[in-house]
Amino acid sequence: MENISLELKPARTFGGAKVPHRKHAKNAATIVMPPPKTVEISMQQHIGAPCTPLVKVGDTVKAYQKIGESEAFVSAPIHASISGTVKKIGSLLLPNGQKIPSVIIESDGELLTLEGIAPPQVTNAEELAAAARASGLVGLGGAGFPAHVKLIPGDKKIDTLVINGAECEPYITADYREMIEHTDDILNGIFKIKDILKISCVKICIEDNKPEAINILEQRIKSDSRSKGDVFIVKLKSRYPQGAEKVLVQAATGRLIPAGGLPAHVGCILMNVTSVAFLARYLRSGLPLVSKRLTFAGSAAANPCNVEVRVGTSIKDIAEFCGGFKGEPKKILLGGPMMGTAIYDVNYPITKKDNAILVFNKRDAKARPITSCIRCGRCLKVCPMKLRPCQIEQAAELQNAEALDMLDAAACMECGSCAYVCPAGRKLVQSIKLGKQILREGK
Amino acid sequence: MNNKELLLVSPSPHISSGAATSGIMLDVIIALLPAAAAAGLIFGYQALILMLVCVGSCVVFEFISRIVMKRKQTIGDLSAVVTGLLLAFNLPATLNPVYAVIGSAVAIIVVKQMFGGIGHNFANPAITARVVLMLSFPVAMTTWVKPFFYQVSGSSIDAQTTATPLGIIKEGTGEALPSLWDMFIGTRGGSLGETCAAALLLGGLYLVIRRVISPIIPLCFIGTVALFSWIFGQEPIFSVLSGGVLLGAIFMATDYTTSPITRQGKVIFAILCGLITVLIRTFAALPEGVSFSILFMNILVPLIERIGRGKKQKKGEKKA
Repeated sequence: MENISLELKPARTFGGAKVPHRKHAKNAATIVMPPPKTVEISMQQHIGAPCTPLVKVGDTVKAYQKIGESEAFVSAPIHASISGTVKKIGSLLLPNGQKIPSVIIESDGELLTLEGIAPPQVTNAEELAAAARASGLVGLGGAGFPAHVKLIPGDKKIDTLVINGAECEPYITADYREMIEHTDDILNGIFKIKDILKISCVKICIEDNKPEAINILEQRIKSDSRSKGDVFIVKLKSRYPQGAEKVLVQAATGRLIPAGGLPAHVGCILMNVTSVAFLARYLRSGLPLVSKRLTFAGSAAANPCNVEVRVGTSIKDIAEFCGGFKGEPKKILLGGPMMGTAIYDVNYPITKKDNAILVFNKRDAKARPITSCIRCGRCLKVCPMKLRPCQIEQAAELQNAEALDMLDAAACMECGSCAYVCPAGRKLVQSIKLGKQILREGK
Repeated sequence: MNNKELLLVSPSPHISSGAATSGIMLDVIIALLPAAAAAGLIFGYQALILMLVCVGSCVVFEFISRIVMKRKQTIGDLSAVVTGLLLAFNLPATLNPVYAVIGSAVAIIVVKQMFGGIGHNFANPAITARVVLMLSFPVAMTTWVKPFFYQVSGSSIDAQTTATPLGIIKEGTGEALPSLWDMFIGTRGGSLGETCAAALLLGGLYLVIRRVISPIIPLCFIGTVALFSWIFGQEPIFSVLSGGVLLGAIFMATDYTTSPITRQGKVIFAILCGLITVLIRTFAALPEGVSFSILFMNILVPLIERIGRGKKQKKGEKKA
């Protein structure tokens, strides 16, 4: 193709915080971890209804066999990540206090694959959505939203496919490695979705702190015969939270997703780079989602790296495989430091949607003291939704539903930018979450 | 499970920018240093003593207040130091330090701590203290000395008094007005920290560069004063350089707690501050109105912040 640049400038977005990058594992090629002795597979691997286990204690299961399913639309089936015997139907305590059934499988050491797996036949939109559901695919960027839901836009006209390669959270390099190592899968996935859903324009969004990823994608697109000048790369400014759904769609298209709306409301489908690449692999092989690339990093990680692990592997097993801890870990996160969840036990198993295990030493885990709000207004400046976090916090503490509604607390996406910049160390996100709950209960 | 294995859990986010209240206050103190140095040069050791007395007494009053109220100690956030410095900047250089201590008590105990300490006061502590002192001790608070009076040997302080430039105009004393250059470098009568425009602008620039304050309030405040002074037939540059406009606009009206947090609110707040200042100067009996205008606008902040509060994110369908 002619030598024109495919790079687009992003549209203006609001707020945002300058967070450190700390992508220490950036250059570590993905290593594949051998299947562990046991896995504990949670029946809640996604946003939406949890699955019900389809197996019972004593059953022998093969890898890729479906072991969890739900009738709900917003849900995704769960597959066995190893072969072996179901030892127990456990009860997994989630960090939010909820208890969810889990399937504990003891490995037979063989990794026997289910027979009769064949690539699905996909020729139209319904078949694509059905295949996405059958593959167990959920948003792999961290949110875990079931992918088939996005692919059924209903009556809405979709004109743009937005691909999320922003990876704006510090430390995490899982999507970055996907872009470097599986560029072709990403493009295959993109063109498949584009063709079947008849989407006219594709915008791949990558933060400008990943020039290598931008370059490699740009080169491949240019040399791809399927590209007709309708696939672009949007070079995002490295400003957290560029990868958040609403911010990303705004940056890519200049369109504002309405409150409570989805990208489809403004004619977009938004998918993560790793998700489209997986979809392409699934359409080729028929093998459902049972493993995931994670970044293992943080101040207590001896050797920051990117590792592909089987779903249900415990943090402890992964840490051991990755070279162990440097000193004693005091805080362990699943996900990034801005929106990730602090985990209470090293034996906690990972799910499909996790993209990082971050381990921190005592110094980094230390909670900072909370002092009075001095009304400096920094939280307002960084809020991507133009909210007033400090006033929402006050209203939440007073349980003032009327004020919470006036301040539009429900629009908060909990990105954490406000709490990140707060000089008083206030737990703004926690308070706003509380405020949102007050609003929900009041309605 | 034994304690050693326990992991810490907390809500996200798990990292912070490292900004702290004490760091912000330290930046304000640094920004005030040029003006403090200028005051020491222009008005001599008495100005320095007054600054020390104000800072010292503010910190001590804050320390004692927190103990009496059985609250966590907050002198470490340095906000009391800032209040003390700003209060001193608003006093005549030769004021009896006893008055300064009374002012500090009003600022810290009454205005700040009785309303809950840092972040909870409804009015600027230093400005309120200045207004209280002005109304309580009008003569002492309006006895101004000439620049460099301390270098003139053998004459009593009485022989060295002068009026502020605004006072000269208001009372028509017939004294010669200082030149604009004198007003810029601060060699004129006035409160010890308000005279040196150059030092105050330098401090303001530092605060804007360090992103401690947004330039909205100072620019709107100063711009409004210049505009309305011009409309009322006064020399705009003279109006901006005289009295406490620069000190007020850069350091007092930008106080986080007592100014609006929204951009829109800051504009309204600063324009009204500037307008009221000019109105007092032009039509009221007082020669200067910066303190009163800021104090008045402080009280209106909660009302100003209601503006734009109900603006919700767009609901429902939106055309692509």
